[in-house]
Amino acid sequence: MSRSKTNVAVGAFVALGMVAIAFMALKVGNLVSFDSGVGYRLEARFDNIGGLRVRAPVKSAGVVVGRVEAIHLDKDTYEAVADLRIRPEYRFSSDTIAAIVTSGLLGEQYLSLDAGGDSRYLVDGERIIKTQSAMVLEKLIGQFLYNKAAETSGDRK
Amino acid sequence: MTFMLDFLEGLGAAALRVLARLGLATGFFQAVLARAPGSAKRFGLLVREVYFSGVRSLAIIVVSGLFVGMVLAVQGYEVLQRFGSADALGSLVALSLVRELGPVVAALLFAGRAGSAVTAEIGLMRATEQLAAMDMMAVDPITRVVAPRFLAAVASLPILAVIFSSAGVIGAYLVGVELIGIDSGAFWSQMSASVDFRLDVLNGLFKALVFGVAVGLISVFEGYHAAPTAEGVAGATTRTVVISSLSVLTLDFILTVLMFRGLN
Repeated sequence: MSRSKTNVAVGAFVALGMVAIAFMALKVGNLVSFDSGVGYRLEARFDNIGGLRVRAPVKSAGVVVGRVEAIHLDKDTYEAVADLRIRPEYRFSSDTIAAIVTSGLLGEQYLSLDAGGDSRYLVDGERIIKTQSAMVLEKLIGQFLYNKAAETSGDRK
Repeated sequence: MTFMLDFLEGLGAAALRVLARLGLATGFFQAVLARAPGSAKRFGLLVREVYFSGVRSLAIIVVSGLFVGMVLAVQGYEVLQRFGSADALGSLVALSLVRELGPVVAALLFAGRAGSAVTAEIGLMRATEQLAAMDMMAVDPITRVVAPRFLAAVASLPILAVIFSSAGVIGAYLVGVELIGIDSGAFWSQMSASVDFRLDVLNGLFKALVFGVAVGLISVFEGYHAAPTAEGVAGATTRTVVISSLSVLTLDFILTVLMFRGLN
């Protein structure tokens, strides 16, 4: 009798572990929300990708539509090439603009797709032509100082 | 001059003792691994040990997990709300639990709760010559006593770690959402946006598995090689907890560097 009680307790223990794993997979993790193997691939080239990282979300109007699958540097043009995997149910017109933006002031960077008006849709392996690079704070400040200096020297004249 | 020589002699002797102990442990590990398949066939024994090591540790694991999650939520909220990103509490808590705290704290608690008991049990069996008696009756004590306890630790710790993490997430939910008033939708969505099942949850489970091997091996080794006296068993139990804790923390650092540094 005591043996079967032990078995029941161990069975319940293992079942609880399975429930916890399922909880991790469904509620805590994103196993089902997006499977990286599914969907079609797009390519986007940027002068500067800033802090964009592999697995960063691709969003359109704030909705996650895919993920950044790989990032590498084009050896000839010195452009950053981001490979995106987009969920199959979403289609984007060929004049879609890809921009690297930041969520919140200090948040993570993600890739935003703004759909255009073209009637032709991008298909697997195609490249997004219109891109907007990440903002680099140093460049912005430099630009600002430069403009300011130009303004003041203009005033003097 | 003699003082220097004495010092060097002591240092050398200590180093050799440590090395001899490590060698003994390695040989013992091999012996346990070699007997493990045969021992796993006697499923009843294994179930009994999982019950004593794993199931009986459940209460301490769940309660500790709940409180760790609650504390993380309170402290995390304090810092995050300064930056106006209290919504990220879910991802902060879940990532710290799943990657680090779940496996590590569960392993530390397991070493204290179950590892020490295993050492004391085997050590006392050695002291009362039960192991020798088994040997006399052609029952291999490693197959019959040591390997099931080792396997039970390896099997239990990943389960306990994931239960610990789940309890922690629930604790953080209770404090963060129910008490502090973070939006429940933001809490869960931020969490699932940042926690990756393979990268975070499975890596955490793998850590727990490695810790299970370490804690299991240390507890059975210390028990099996305990001096057959009351003092010897007491010392062995202490060593189990101390060495297990230190090796869990050291292994955790090594595993973390291997798992999460190579990502970027």
